[in-house]
Amino acid sequence: MNTATIAHDGHGHGDHHPSGIMRWLTTTNHKDIGTMYMTFSLLMFFLGGLMILLVRAELFQPGLQFLKPEFFNQLIGNHALIMIFGALMPAATGFANWQIPLMIGAPDMALPRLNNWGFWLLPPAATLLTLPFILEFFGVGDGALATGWTFYAPLSIQGGIGVDFAIFAVHILGISSIMGSINIIVTIFNMRAPGMTMMKLPLFVWGWLITAFLLVITLPVLAGAVTMLLMDRHFDTHFFIAAGGGDPILFQHLFWFFGHPEVYILLLPVWGLIPHVLSTFTRKPTYGYKAQVYSFIAIGVLSLVVWAHHFFTAGMPVPALLYFMYSTMSISLPLAVLFFCWVATMWRGAMTFETPMLFALGFIVLFGIAGLTGLVLADVAADAQYHHSYFVVAHFHYALFTGGIMGVMTGVYYWLPKWTGHMYSEKLGKLHFWLTVISFNLTFMPQFFLGLAGMPRRIPDYALQFAEFNAISTVGAFILGFSQLIFAWNIWKCIKGGEKAHAKVWEGAEGLEWELPSPPPHHSWEVQPKVA
Amino acid sequence: MSSTHASTNEGQHYFVPQPSIWPPVLSAGMLTLALGFILKINHFGVGPLFMLSGAAIIIFVLFKWFGAVIYENQTGAYSDWEDRSFRHGMVWFIGSEVMFFAAFFGALFYTRNISVPILGSLEAAHAGITLWPGFAEGAWNVVGVGPKGTAFTPVSAWGIPTINTALLLSSGATLTWAHWGLLKDNRFQLKFGLFLTVLLGAIFLGLQAFEYHHAYTELGLTLGSGVYGATFFMLTGFHGFHVTLGAIMLTVVLLRSMSGHFDAKRHFAFEAVAWYWHFVDVVWLLLFVLVYWL
Repeated sequence: MNTATIAHDGHGHGDHHPSGIMRWLTTTNHKDIGTMYMTFSLLMFFLGGLMILLVRAELFQPGLQFLKPEFFNQLIGNHALIMIFGALMPAATGFANWQIPLMIGAPDMALPRLNNWGFWLLPPAATLLTLPFILEFFGVGDGALATGWTFYAPLSIQGGIGVDFAIFAVHILGISSIMGSINIIVTIFNMRAPGMTMMKLPLFVWGWLITAFLLVITLPVLAGAVTMLLMDRHFDTHFFIAAGGGDPILFQHLFWFFGHPEVYILLLPVWGLIPHVLSTFTRKPTYGYKAQVYSFIAIGVLSLVVWAHHFFTAGMPVPALLYFMYSTMSISLPLAVLFFCWVATMWRGAMTFETPMLFALGFIVLFGIAGLTGLVLADVAADAQYHHSYFVVAHFHYALFTGGIMGVMTGVYYWLPKWTGHMYSEKLGKLHFWLTVISFNLTFMPQFFLGLAGMPRRIPDYALQFAEFNAISTVGAFILGFSQLIFAWNIWKCIKGGEKAHAKVWEGAEGLEWELPSPPPHHSWEVQPKVA
Repeated sequence: MSSTHASTNEGQHYFVPQPSIWPPVLSAGMLTLALGFILKINHFGVGPLFMLSGAAIIIFVLFKWFGAVIYENQTGAYSDWEDRSFRHGMVWFIGSEVMFFAAFFGALFYTRNISVPILGSLEAAHAGITLWPGFAEGAWNVVGVGPKGTAFTPVSAWGIPTINTALLLSSGATLTWAHWGLLKDNRFQLKFGLFLTVLLGAIFLGLQAFEYHHAYTELGLTLGSGVYGATFFMLTGFHGFHVTLGAIMLTVVLLRSMSGHFDAKRHFAFEAVAWYWHFVDVVWLLLFVLVYWL
């Protein structure tokens, strides 16, 4: 092979890049693509948040105040889809794009054009999800997906044009995630610096590797499920229609075969980055590296075989109920190993409490509540009462807001100085943390009690006895929502300027990414570092 | 996966392509196609126009994008390092395809072994209510008369499907024979083997189309024939679609072989398409046994 050809065709040797919008449309650079993912994620975070604030406003008092029930239904389903597919997954992929090449000493992602395609599939998907809202305004169709994010048949078979839009949005999101995951797997296997063996990989990279496996395994099944749904809706098939021998519960099985691993898809990248933050701010090496890697793998495998605990009450033979109960509960074993390692990392450390550390600590405590309430839900007998109540809503928001979103915020504050070259405002960061944690609990803690008292989810009206807790929850939600403006403002300020960040932003930080200047050059690790 | 992979890259430069407009254009094409399809199935007149434009954009981009990759390859941009990325990538892509088919096989197992027998065991069946002939017995391959009430006959495994099995198995053999030709630098064997493979694939598709026609016009078996018809047509249909894609890719590889591309050492595209073709072959064997035969 001729190196002169590489210099001519490849990057880095006097090549010039388009500027303006074309830079972002055509980029093949992992940092540019990572930035686009993070920006998109932040926008969707606010869009999804706006939707649910409308819902919470409606739920402030019993009775119907602002929203038609049909519109209420559209808002809750799209809130979930936008937060999961629009905010959390792109945020995690943004981290992967920015950090994996820096952390493993790679010149870029393995398949850069595919990488860019993965991002540019997201705006079309978001368009498909939100377009029906606008079309209805102009008298076309009857609004967006109104089935909840789970598309359960037979409701979704009877639904309007919004279901079709959502089906194709899911297809496009699926292609995006599968392409992104393939790229990440290939990058991790093929692009590591010399000496960077698998058991030296940073835990964040391990977390993402398992995530990518789960995406490649489960997203095609979701694609198959919504394809069957589309066929049932428009092409006369009977996959989910009992009159032709099909079964609506088949849809639940297919959906949750994807849907349960999806929870770990959202959480594993966070579990990967938390140990880095803990180790940095306690100035101690990560406790139990191997144990954490094996736990990631165990949780990844287990997450594929527990899906039916999402519909215990739908009707299943008792042996199936028992199997899904025990397998679900067994996930708490590797998860407990992770919690132990996180706490043991901090034990006797020289701790300081910068914003990322605060978020990491908040994550551990609040995500612990998600784990413990999850154990309760996994109990078949208890679940008969909790199913489809606000207890579930509170549980998965403790899992996905504190476990997912607060984990993402941890990572953003931790790596933002590395990406921008500037320190964020520690004062604003701490304000953001405390407002978020307090208002989050104000919002969701009451929902546990609402659920225990029997308030069903996804209903725009409720009985009078639920009024006080709902009012508290709505107040919390609005504080939570508006606190996030501080987050956006802090990020914006940090991009625009501020105190210069050192190459090694944090005193206790370890890893390849801290050997590069802040911000790292457009092309980093063109010559791979050697890892001892 | 071993650390030896990484250590062979020492001092090398990895090929990171220049900025490219094709990824976002491809996405725009897919958005247009999806919008068109949604409009069409909801009976808006502009649907097909959108679909055609979207499809045209997608095909155009695929030409340009793959063209760029082939050009880079031919001008020596890729070393073993990049080659490994492509190989890993293709393996995981086929893995995701396996899981796509798994969803439909899962639906087949579930309906055949769980939902249909349970429906048959309902009290309604014993009270003389019948949704289709054989309803009370929970019999599988007559379920599907369904709400429309038309009877159908399943496709027999021992006619066209048997011939198709032979065709696809032979095509796997001819493809391997072509690969041997490439390895020992026998260009005729390479091209003739590829040609035979494409031909066998095309005959397979022709027979499959004939079988569908037969099913719709003479057997009364349609997509609407209950869950039997649904699983039958969706599984065989998606398989046929993948055979079509595979045949197109094989044709490209054949044309590239005729232009002198590939040598005994460097022929990732050939191997990737061959893996894909064998994958489609294995899916067919499962279809033959589980859908047609048993």
